[in-house]
Amino acid sequence: MKRSGIRNLLWSQVTPKEMFLNRRSVIAGAAALGAGFAGAPALAKIAAKQSAFSTSAKPNSLEDITNYNNFYEFGWDKSDPRKHAGKLSVDPWSIEIGGMVDRPGSYPLDDILKPVTLEERIYRFRCVEAWAMVIPWIGFELRALLDRVGVQPSAKYVAFETLYRPEEMPGQRAGGIDWPYREGLRLDEAMNPLTILATGLYGEEMPKQNGAPIRLVVPWKYGFKSIKSIVKITLTDKEPATTWKSLQPREYGFYANVNPEVDHPRWSQATERKIGAGLFAPREPTLKFNGYEEQVAALYSGMDLAKNY
Amino acid sequence: MQLVAPLNGTLRRLPVGAVYLAGLLPLAWIVWLVIGGDIGVDPVKEIEHRLGKDALWFLVGGLAITPARRIWGLNLIRYRRAIGLLAFFYLVLHLMAWVVLDMTLLWQQAANDLIKRPYLLLGISAFLMLLPLALTSNNWSVRRLGRNWRRVHWLVYPAVFLGVVHYLLQMKVVSAEGWTWLAVIVVLLALRIPKKR
Repeated sequence: MKRSGIRNLLWSQVTPKEMFLNRRSVIAGAAALGAGFAGAPALAKIAAKQSAFSTSAKPNSLEDITNYNNFYEFGWDKSDPRKHAGKLSVDPWSIEIGGMVDRPGSYPLDDILKPVTLEERIYRFRCVEAWAMVIPWIGFELRALLDRVGVQPSAKYVAFETLYRPEEMPGQRAGGIDWPYREGLRLDEAMNPLTILATGLYGEEMPKQNGAPIRLVVPWKYGFKSIKSIVKITLTDKEPATTWKSLQPREYGFYANVNPEVDHPRWSQATERKIGAGLFAPREPTLKFNGYEEQVAALYSGMDLAKNY
Repeated sequence: MQLVAPLNGTLRRLPVGAVYLAGLLPLAWIVWLVIGGDIGVDPVKEIEHRLGKDALWFLVGGLAITPARRIWGLNLIRYRRAIGLLAFFYLVLHLMAWVVLDMTLLWQQAANDLIKRPYLLLGISAFLMLLPLALTSNNWSVRRLGRNWRRVHWLVYPAVFLGVVHYLLQMKVVSAEGWTWLAVIVVLLALRIPKKR
């Protein structure tokens, strides 16, 4: 780099001063962004609208969110997805949409995203294992996609499937679960404005361990309903078979609404541990429908939630 | 057998105190991880589970001592009390982690859970069975109880079995590691079935 003739030349002279300062502020900004990542809600790459549905609770750090995942396709341990999800290839990606829809077909991800407006939705997330986080998702309402493909009047349920690719998903090479992972919603649950398809979090593309490139988020239900890395959406008139319900029907139901009054057979759901709250933080009471009672309670009026767990 | 004799010779010179000290290493490791911030995103569960797993290692280790002598002639009997007491020590810590860190002293919920949840019931049963064993793991009790000492300490077999089942039951789906633990404990217990003569 160094040449004899320009020994006295300073970098500030090489670069026009305006640009030089400008560049510096860009670098400083980037550094601030990196440093602020942990707490600040999304000032970042993906442009996303704020949403009235976002909670004012402080989101968990990106580290919490990306190092503590139940994504059994990559292993049983909560640290396995971060270790093993790197191998997953998410480009190209498309979702096969079929069943009782007017316009079935294979929809490439970029085509799915073209007409939608991405929003930031800071949601509470409650796992059936009685721990909880707050996650700043980026996504769009599922109903936008369903409206686009045209749901036929006979459809009552939406079934989802995760990618099945054992060569990239070591957990699928092991037994224990009948892959691919399947989940489902009643149509009115799917059309609720709280229900989103998320493609990112913290203003970045969805980390692979969190269900890249596109996943469901249903904030009033236990986390296992929020199926990851979706490749198939089917509209049907029958309640679809779902993975956890098929595995242990006594413990996991189709509805899986967060409910402090209905315990898991093996543990209480009355309280939850907030991930990231520290070693001696007290348990906090779990809220019915995870605090989204106002938006979703009407969906279940007249239903016995203890029976339809 | 040729390998075992010098090993037994070396072991004879290893004081029991060294085993107690070495037995504190798993705890030191946990403390180290906590201090260094490397305990993970969910320190409560990690600490609780590590302590429980450590207790299981010592319990199973203690149960393996007699078969190891019978099968390979390896003599570790001298350290059995230390290993058993260490197991109990980790069990106490595991229980404390559950009450203090996990249930955060919500006694009502903890008590309700304890009755309602089979895996907790099994865990606490195993603990209660091991409590008299820990209390009588001293020379005075051995002398005092005489033949009854063996009868009391027979409780270790059902207790360890319950401990392993407790470990399996808290899993969402029993993992390969879980099945391995169960297989090991079943083999260890089968080795203790008295032979008919």
